[in-house]
Amino acid sequence: MEAPALAKPQEHPKLIVSIGPHMHDQETTAKIMWTVSGALLPAALMSVYFFGMPAVMVILVSLAASLASEAAVQWMLKKPVTLSDGSAFLTGLLLAMNLPSNAPLYIPAVGSFVAIVITKHLFGGLGYNIFNPALIGRAFVLISFPKLMTTYVAPASQFMAVDAKTTATPLVLLKEEGMAKLLEIFHTKAALYQDLFLGNRAGSLGETSVIALLLGAAFLMMKRYITWHVPVPFIATVGLLAWMFGGKEGLLSGDAIFHMMSGGLILGAFFMATDYVTGPSVRAAQVVFGVGCGALTVLIRLKGGYPEGVMFAILLMNCFAPLLDRGMKSRVFGKAEAKGVKK
Amino acid sequence: MFEKVLTIFIASALINNFVFSRYLGLCIFFGVTKRMETAVGMSFTFTAVMLIGAALNWVIYEYVMIPLHLGFLKIVIFIGVVAAFVQAADTIMKKVTPALYYKLGIYLALIVTNCIILAVPLINADEHYGLFESMALAVGSGLGFSLALIIMASIREKLELADVPISFRGLPISFVLTGLIALAFLGFSGMITL
Repeated sequence: MEAPALAKPQEHPKLIVSIGPHMHDQETTAKIMWTVSGALLPAALMSVYFFGMPAVMVILVSLAASLASEAAVQWMLKKPVTLSDGSAFLTGLLLAMNLPSNAPLYIPAVGSFVAIVITKHLFGGLGYNIFNPALIGRAFVLISFPKLMTTYVAPASQFMAVDAKTTATPLVLLKEEGMAKLLEIFHTKAALYQDLFLGNRAGSLGETSVIALLLGAAFLMMKRYITWHVPVPFIATVGLLAWMFGGKEGLLSGDAIFHMMSGGLILGAFFMATDYVTGPSVRAAQVVFGVGCGALTVLIRLKGGYPEGVMFAILLMNCFAPLLDRGMKSRVFGKAEAKGVKK
Repeated sequence: MFEKVLTIFIASALINNFVFSRYLGLCIFFGVTKRMETAVGMSFTFTAVMLIGAALNWVIYEYVMIPLHLGFLKIVIFIGVVAAFVQAADTIMKKVTPALYYKLGIYLALIVTNCIILAVPLINADEHYGLFESMALAVGSGLGFSLALIIMASIREKLELADVPISFRGLPISFVLTGLIALAFLGFSGMITL
């Protein structure tokens, strides 16, 4: 999957020069982008169901700001305006999925601008960005408006509810008050797991409903748009390390299932760490990338200043992706490794 | 004791990374990261000089400057010690191991006036670190800087192929990139408070 090669044809429709092997396929960047956006639809609908009108507004503003930024920056750089390829739409949607529903509407707007203009177009546009645009957008607004970005509301009982009840996310509760407090709120472990699985808990828009995200992810895996190489090691590492070190009663007493279903892990692992452009492209490097994301996530969740580490973990591993690709690239066919040469 | 040394090491390498959270050493950082080869060469040289420089300065601070109440001169003396040591190393290497000199010598000249090399002895002196703690800070800072150089070089090599807007090519986009990496490194904040 070579995004740069896919992005080029719009500029030179007649002649494409690229490095082999060449494969013909019906896939285009636009088709992939719109399909991934479609796969996020169940999670987006669940967020609207749980958080009501404010969620709709956050999604709409984020999408509008992303598309407007993309059009404006492409017009200014005198490049062809490519709103129809869906990449700006997907960035906007992913950013909205990562914001709390009660965020003031300038937050998605600022985040979209940072994501599209600074993270993507300054680095050369689609296919060249080093970092995941939506995540940089979110990191930027998180450190710029920390209070607003960490005030979450409980899922509303009615669609048009005006008074939303602010509450902490399960991860914040775990970090600050411990598992006992969580059980006090959700009554039993089973009820806690069930609410996490369905999405009936405080959190960013798109991260809450595990089942809706898994539905979209399964569809993408079936279409082979994403593979297991990043998400499975990512989630497994979080589960393993959280089980080993996450408990209060010494080693091996952590709650792996809770850690795997809470925060932005499912959303991040399937929809953001799998980005073709910002992750490594060598298969072995992808597994290392996934394990690294998982380890950093647990490190930040358990030891860091922030309750949730998925976003920072993916961004940190984005920094390492070119290095991983460089270090683990497959051997050129017909060339022997220097060590293996027999003289 | 051991725990404190380990904490200082990790904190100086990642959490308080000199480039990404204290914004020091940027001239070398941007200067040598155009190519991976120079970045790796600088990493080795830098870490070695950092370690030896910090050790020398620690000895001088503890056994000369404190007894003589010369604490107020620490900036001048530390610069002098590092400069003298690096120049000496430069001359000796040229005579003894010319091959190594031609590989790493160019970096030595750049390091003499580097701010991280000065910052580490100053932090050691201000915090009254013992020998092991000082060494932990020096190695941690050296490795943290090496990490920054190598990540940056790998990304900049990738960026060579990118269609960056003309006004942002070269140094400007590198500054933007450094800002974004620093944003990612914020994830480590709050992990250890010294």
